[in-house]
Amino acid sequence: MKRIVNLAVTAMVMFIFISTVTAGGKQEAPAGGTEKVVTVDYTNFSGSGGNAKFLEQMKETFEKQNTGIRIKIKTVDFGNYFIQLQTKIASGSAPDSYELNYENFITYAKKNVLMDLGPLFKKSNFDTSMLNKNALNAFRADGKQYGLPESYSTVLLFYNKDLFDKAGASYPADDWKWADEQRAAEKIRALGKNIFGISHPIQFWEFYKVVQQNAGSLLSKDGTKFTVDTPQNVETLQFMVDRVLKSNVMPSEKQMAGMGDWDMFKSGRLGMIVTGIWAFNDFTKDCKFNWDIAVEPGNLNKATHFFANGLVINKDSKVAGAAFEWVKFMSASKEAARIRVDAGWELPASTYPEVMADYNSKTPPANRKAVFESLNYLVTPPVVEQMSEMTDILNLQLQAARDGDKTPAQALADAQKELEKKIKLK
Amino acid sequence: MQSELQRDKLKTIMFFLFPSILGLLLFSIIPIIASFLLSLSKWDGLTRWNFKAGVPNIVGFGNFKEILTDAEFWKVLGHTLYFIVLYIPLILFSSLLVANLLNNDFKGIVAYRVFYFLPVLTSWVAGALVWKWVLSPLYGPLNEMLRFIGIKGPGWLQDAAWAMPGIVLASIWKDMGFFGLIFLGALQGINIEYIEAAKIDGATWWQRLMKITLPIISPAIFFVVVICIINSFQLFPQIMIMTEGGSAGPHGATQVMVERIYKYAFKYFKMGYAAAYSWLLFVIIFGFTTLQMKLQKKWVHYDE
Repeated sequence: MKRIVNLAVTAMVMFIFISTVTAGGKQEAPAGGTEKVVTVDYTNFSGSGGNAKFLEQMKETFEKQNTGIRIKIKTVDFGNYFIQLQTKIASGSAPDSYELNYENFITYAKKNVLMDLGPLFKKSNFDTSMLNKNALNAFRADGKQYGLPESYSTVLLFYNKDLFDKAGASYPADDWKWADEQRAAEKIRALGKNIFGISHPIQFWEFYKVVQQNAGSLLSKDGTKFTVDTPQNVETLQFMVDRVLKSNVMPSEKQMAGMGDWDMFKSGRLGMIVTGIWAFNDFTKDCKFNWDIAVEPGNLNKATHFFANGLVINKDSKVAGAAFEWVKFMSASKEAARIRVDAGWELPASTYPEVMADYNSKTPPANRKAVFESLNYLVTPPVVEQMSEMTDILNLQLQAARDGDKTPAQALADAQKELEKKIKLK
Repeated sequence: MQSELQRDKLKTIMFFLFPSILGLLLFSIIPIIASFLLSLSKWDGLTRWNFKAGVPNIVGFGNFKEILTDAEFWKVLGHTLYFIVLYIPLILFSSLLVANLLNNDFKGIVAYRVFYFLPVLTSWVAGALVWKWVLSPLYGPLNEMLRFIGIKGPGWLQDAAWAMPGIVLASIWKDMGFFGLIFLGALQGINIEYIEAAKIDGATWWQRLMKITLPIISPAIFFVVVICIINSFQLFPQIMIMTEGGSAGPHGATQVMVERIYKYAFKYFKMGYAAAYSWLLFVIIFGFTTLQMKLQKKWVHYDE
């Protein structure tokens, strides 16, 4: 028996030994024998699907400029991205550099797994002036710059011009308020049983912004208390829900019947839709009618939202310097910005005037300047470590109100109670 | 001498078993032990383990207490029971029916047997997407058929009360072939002489079914019920694909245990909590199965 145990133990040790040896093969032989080439791992989700070739283009351009650095790209689709990333980080084999969307950024920054880029900024005299300020600030946490903005998308009001003409409604204007939007939506709704005025999803990423259009907020100013169930927030949710249940200018879940609101818009059955600029390529391809965009109307205030992707470096990366060069290139170089704009692949976080001029000259939509105007009214979501848990708690209650199973007041009171119980604030 | 020989034999056995034991250790036994340790701790799934620094932070049975005192757990358990109550009778009925139909002898019967088995082989991702369409209240064929016979179909996956029944329908479609096959095997194992003897004695069709067929295949039924209940508690892919809009169903109507475990572990960064949840799942399944093992004496007949 003892020998068997010995045999088993030896085999196990060998197995572990072999697996560590094969896993740890990071060092590479110097290329050409003159310069030592370092390899930087880069894991991302935004290059999945049709965008892989553009990412490859960026990599090639970068490697031409930096002969000593090789980039090893690993692309994982968004659905599996965070599971893989989490497993890698927990097992100590995190990639040197990777992509994080804003919603997950805070969680990762607070878990202390990201490198503070501040010292690297100084060391390489990195000039941040060509980066969009809002986007740059989005990737700060606790006073430290943990990430560089890579790309962003703003959320706007898209509208079907043909339906507006048919209904005799005037097009959305900059001075529009909720009431103006509602009036137009009602006129369009009157066009037919299956034609709806607007789709403005009742979910967290809209709600946190819409409450601010009505001078409310989800968190107290100092970020220590939830203020979800205040009277003006109840009023806001009531306004959103009434569009579904009362005036029915917005389709209910049942009226949507499992169809997405993009598809409804594209099929010409929706007058307005609040969604992101990542819809541009799709709408240009599929819409058989005239459409344009405008900055979303507000009520007491104007407030808009954007989604941003950022680039971060693993805290324990052994090639942080090289990884920073890559991240900097992706974030702030003119070459990367140009590739992004030409591909119509979100907006680069950098603001080179001539690249942006190219972006603006493309149509539809004709009113492309609204994309940048909307940045003037940007509000950011509450910053909480338990971000996705908080979003899910609120979404559950918002859906209950949307489907008419709870009154807005009840739904928000329940949300407030559960958030207080489960989400730790500062 | 004898023991020497046995030792040699054991050595050979161990040698051949070693690869699979290694797999079992690495991918089952060690994770099971680890998950139990995790269930006693608070760990975010990101921070590297360092016992000196208190990572993971051992909290004893705190996670279990937290889960059991949270209304969510009981709600989620309720959803699972709702599923079971609808699913078990329907799957038994439909797979017995299928087995009976396939237990005939006519031309092309083999092709039919294959057809009924196809959903079992279909990936849940593809199947669930098709069912999303089938259950669509405006464009789906199911509500179209209901409309034809004058019934206004519900909003299925968009309606909190009907989302789970929708999931049940898809699950029946998927599992019917598999359990039908088990029943078919059992039916074909019945000695035809029993049936013929009963016929001669004048037993009606119903009497033959209740007194002969069902008792003989009761071990198969027992097996199917046990497996079905275990599967029901582990409900997951169809939920994630058919009703995942971030919150599992219309305001969480299809939240179930495995879905929660997944969310807590990989979305909310609460590994310890998720591990405790999965141990509770194990306890529940173990409890149900033990109970059924006890109860089977009352209704399952084994040949002597």
